[in-house]
Amino acid sequence: MTPDPQSSRLSGGPGGFPFAPPLPLFLLNPILRRIVHRIAVQNPDMFDRLGPHRHAYFLIDPVDIPFMLYLRPDPEALDFRAVGRRNPPPHAARISGKFLDLLTLMDTEQDGDALFFSRDLIVTGDTEAVVCLRNALDDVDDPIAESVADMFGPPGRAALNALRRAAENAQKRKGAKT
Amino acid sequence: MNAMVKPELICPAGTPAALRSAVDAGADAVYCGYQNATNARNFVGLNFTPEEMEKSIRYAHDGGTKVLITLNTFPPAGKVELWKEMVDLSARLGADACIVADIAVAAYIRDNYPDLRIHLSVQAAASSPEAIEYYVREFGVKRVVLPRIMTISEIKGLVQEIPCEVETFIFGNHGLMVEGRCSLTNYVTGQSTNMDGACSPAACVKYERAADGSMSTILGDYMIDRFGPEETAGYPTICKGRYKCDARDGGYYAFEEPISLNASTMLPDLISAGVHAFKIEGRQRSRAYVKKVVAAFREAVDSIMAGQEPKLADLVALTEGQKQTEGALKTKKWR
Repeated sequence: MTPDPQSSRLSGGPGGFPFAPPLPLFLLNPILRRIVHRIAVQNPDMFDRLGPHRHAYFLIDPVDIPFMLYLRPDPEALDFRAVGRRNPPPHAARISGKFLDLLTLMDTEQDGDALFFSRDLIVTGDTEAVVCLRNALDDVDDPIAESVADMFGPPGRAALNALRRAAENAQKRKGAKT
Repeated sequence: MNAMVKPELICPAGTPAALRSAVDAGADAVYCGYQNATNARNFVGLNFTPEEMEKSIRYAHDGGTKVLITLNTFPPAGKVELWKEMVDLSARLGADACIVADIAVAAYIRDNYPDLRIHLSVQAAASSPEAIEYYVREFGVKRVVLPRIMTISEIKGLVQEIPCEVETFIFGNHGLMVEGRCSLTNYVTGQSTNMDGACSPAACVKYERAADGSMSTILGDYMIDRFGPEETAGYPTICKGRYKCDARDGGYYAFEEPISLNASTMLPDLISAGVHAFKIEGRQRSRAYVKKVVAAFREAVDSIMAGQEPKLADLVALTEGQKQTEGALKTKKWR
């Protein structure tokens, strides 16, 4: 697969995001593993929508934080971890966007096609795998962002509410520009 | 003027979660389909298993919402069994209607399930009184979904001439081409929109990005568009592709443009024309889209029926290419 150049619309990069956790990745990864296992237990049917793509690796690239996320949504061999930007591991597809846009997708408040039309979401690699992942995540009962926040109790929910407000403000600013 | 009939709001669902969102947002009916070639949105990871359909119908009916099942593709000659099985299943699950395009499927419903409503799909492309009367007379069709090629005054004239209900699209993808007859995807990918149910299947689509931020859309072996770094994008379908041709300088949208239908300002005229149902396109879209669009049109229709000025939510962010048109409803020369 060819490397994915940054889009001029998706500028940002390390250090450009006020909520970027200063955690070393080895501290973050056990939390991510816990999150993905909890989501899998809560939504066992979601994997059916992935078909053969459940074995694929997805690189999720929030362009305005210092690391990327590496996901294999295989219920038999779940994998979800943070990876550095310098040497992205092999992946079937890459999904790039601003952190808050990706968050609102997981919160089922944003439409993926609309973000794609506005070029705020960039997809490269296996398009079918990405479409299947999108459909699987969109069909879960409770929004994934909410389930993750709930895992961390009141501080988690407060953080999600703060991020939702930030996303809403970003959306308003974008609307005012266009 | 005759008393206005309140039109039903017909809303899309590609997943059970989207169906629940549509019901909760005030849909009068939801249309959805199975995970096979009987469905003209037969995309991977989308649509309903029989078990999901059963639960979803129950959820919809509990909320006072009807479920219309899309069996709106054309069976290849002599291979109609799958379509018959899906009709049997839909009747057993308590569907409120089947949306069909093919006369063999319509005949099967007429002969075996006379109480199951037949809605004629837009894929049948029936727009003349003679064509529609044929479907009503021969198959007992109760409603026709009109192709997106008619002006409001033409629709009004048609409503007065035909013995069935009329449904028109009011929002969503505007890939009208020759509805039910389009073979462009078949030409490039080997799969038929009309018989396999998949226009531009995702497995045949690739997006390539260049260092300057531009993006190329590839379908099969063909590049069908290239968007500049600051340009909005559209769906990867040939009918929305931009091509070089001798008659024009630069890229040219030879068939259609990346643009969505938005008839929100024309709702009062459509209601006055006697349209019985308004259809929102977008079974391939997320539940966020379903929630926002259905809620916006629910409020607009209710306001109009209450004699108030409708509040029209700004839906342009959800439109293809972030552009919208009133299409042929406003003028035959919409392009």
